[in-house]
Amino acid sequence: MTKFAVKDHEMVPEHVLLTPEESAEVLKGFNIVAPQLPKIHVNDPAAKEIEAKVGDVIKVIRKSATAKHSIFYRLVID
Amino acid sequence: MILTEKDITERLVGLDLPPSIKEAIQNGLKGVPVSSEQLADIISQVASDYEHSKVEPCEAVGVVAAQSIGEPGTQMTMRTFHYAGVAEINVTLGLPRLIEIVDARKIPSTPTMTIKLNQDYAHDRDLAREVAWAIESSSILHLGSIATDLAEMNVIIELNPSALEQRKITAEEVASRLKEETGLNVDQKENLLVMVPKEPSYRELLQLVEKIKRLSLKGVEGIKRVVIRKEGDEYILYTEGSSIKKVMQFEGVDPTRIKTNNISEIGEVLGIEAARNAIINEATDTLREQGLSVDVRHIMLVADIMTVDGELKQIGRHGVSGEKASVLARAAFEVTVNHILDAAIRGDVDDLKGVTENVIVGQPIQLGTGDVTLVAIKR
Repeated sequence: MTKFAVKDHEMVPEHVLLTPEESAEVLKGFNIVAPQLPKIHVNDPAAKEIEAKVGDVIKVIRKSATAKHSIFYRLVID
Repeated sequence: MILTEKDITERLVGLDLPPSIKEAIQNGLKGVPVSSEQLADIISQVASDYEHSKVEPCEAVGVVAAQSIGEPGTQMTMRTFHYAGVAEINVTLGLPRLIEIVDARKIPSTPTMTIKLNQDYAHDRDLAREVAWAIESSSILHLGSIATDLAEMNVIIELNPSALEQRKITAEEVASRLKEETGLNVDQKENLLVMVPKEPSYRELLQLVEKIKRLSLKGVEGIKRVVIRKEGDEYILYTEGSSIKKVMQFEGVDPTRIKTNNISEIGEVLGIEAARNAIINEATDTLREQGLSVDVRHIMLVADIMTVDGELKQIGRHGVSGEKASVLARAAFEVTVNHILDAAIRGDVDDLKGVTENVIVGQPIQLGTGDVTLVAIKR
């Protein structure tokens, strides 16, 4: 059996778990509250791998065809 | 004074421009002598052009995306079947495939996988073939013949030794698999297997034969066919049927490069972000195959809206359009009466904040300049 981590797959962009301080800063930057962010499920394979908990904010560094890479945020929900 | 490449990089780092534009400036200035003032000029020109090309606030990007995908969609073939590779694997393409993608179907009509192999397997035809045999689901009909003996009331399976060897399975393994799946005793004499149904009736006998025919004795269930194709200097496997989670575990398969056209399967195994990428890739490939070019930004918007809630949502009655807050907007789309009736029963209120509702009632829509209002601040 080959060892496999979801994050190694070429289709999975990098997921970074933000600390509460970092996520507060992100929300302040956009002038929104956390539930207004796009969501990700706790049991999403990529979220599970970085051990995200409900209420955390995940920063996704996407490879973009137009901007090379772009940053996206998702709130972890149940 | 002429700037060095390092100086240029330093000047670009802090700018509020996308990385691809910074890279374009960098590459454009390679080997070109520029002074500090000239660079400042270039940067301000690029920045103003970039600012100019951005979508204006309050612009209806969704409508633009819908038109940009919809119009080329009218030119797509209604029914096409394309045979990928060695004219063996059939994949749905054209309009039916595009509809399948935006409908976020659980299982596409023709699921296929593209399996790339590890370094040492990818260049060796024999090793690639071995992986293919291991993955392909083998039924009894691949391994030999099955017959019924009505006089003795039993099922006789004759295994073909060369097929057994090719698929790397022994007669004993076949016998034990059959025993495990049917719960019946299997009499094995070399390559001859005899099974007796629980009750000696024709019905039982025929049912047993059907059951045995359907059993997957080896390989991954649902993978009906595996085709090997050489692309560049690499052997790649194409399959009919999809099960990435199981196939990832096979020796020789590169789990980081495995692909499937089943988007919801990608969502389950690799997560929502991978599913978003899959939607973008599948939709662009489908359009490109038909000779249509749609800007990726439109497709990205569709993929984004389908995945915002952390799960795959279709564009349609049971997804994006069905979840609109406004009753009138939902009623304008599909099943009008149901929405209005349900809203009346619940006593819903429509705030008339969206576009559709305001068109219906004949008010200016809140888009573009219509979305800008003056606010007076009391001092």
